[in-house]
Amino acid sequence: MSAIDQDKHIKTYMIVFVTLLALTVVTVAISYLHMSVIPAIALGLFVATVKGSLVAAYFMHLIGEKKLIIWVLIFTALFVLGLLLLPVFMHADRLENYYVS
Amino acid sequence: MEIPYAVKTRPDTGLNNGKLAIWLFLASEVMLFGALFSSYVLLRTGAANWPEGSQFLNIPLATLNTVLLISSSVTVILAWSSLAAKNVKKFRIYMLLTILLACGFLVVKYFEYAAKFNHHYYPSTNTFLAIYFTMTGLHVIHVLGGLAIKLYHLFPGFKVYKEDPERYLGRIELTGLYWHFVDLVWIFLFPVLYLL
Repeated sequence: MSAIDQDKHIKTYMIVFVTLLALTVVTVAISYLHMSVIPAIALGLFVATVKGSLVAAYFMHLIGEKKLIIWVLIFTALFVLGLLLLPVFMHADRLENYYVS
Repeated sequence: MEIPYAVKTRPDTGLNNGKLAIWLFLASEVMLFGALFSSYVLLRTGAANWPEGSQFLNIPLATLNTVLLISSSVTVILAWSSLAAKNVKKFRIYMLLTILLACGFLVVKYFEYAAKFNHHYYPSTNTFLAIYFTMTGLHVIHVLGGLAIKLYHLFPGFKVYKEDPERYLGRIELTGLYWHFVDLVWIFLFPVLYLL
């Protein structure tokens, strides 16, 4: 890696770092707004997804990563979607009340 | 006989063994934590009452932990970047900083857990605490694992750099990828458990 390339990379890492810190402040601030449950969850998860995407894209170098890795992750995302849909299916089958605390 | 594509990349995929292996491993970890997140959704939607995170949990401490982990993610990538530029001194400094930040996270977690046990809040107390301790406990185990690997590469494992610098750089890259994943899990755990 040439010195100029490295400087450019480091600049990118620092910009992402500052953005992540700012989004952490935003995340905590949202919780103090006392929104109703579903919008609060949606907004909180949206901010978390943006933060996660920044870490994945820039720190984990997923931008410009080889195709095979991207395909592995697409498959993983589909399976995770299935995992997260399971509670939805259980709700549709009226089964969630079996787990009341 | 040398294992092929340990350092050199395969011409068809453009990857070496370690790169593909770590991403496959991270994919399995996504399923592991994904299963717990899914369980959380099920437990919460099925519960008659669900406490607010602030009732049991310390948000300022967890915010500090978030900052510590995000900072350690930056220092680990700066460590790799320094090593790629053959600056061993800077690599060592950034790697040590990463280790210190990870230890800071664990110290804060210790105080969090200790405070809960002092108040007689255990995993068996209620469902919220059960899923909280399970998810953060599993995350702590992952932090400990990452810490162990970093300490290994910085001290006894450093001799590989002298024998084969490219191979060592690859190992540091994979260590960094694992560490970013650990940070990523916390980025989701923090709002889900503490704030929502």
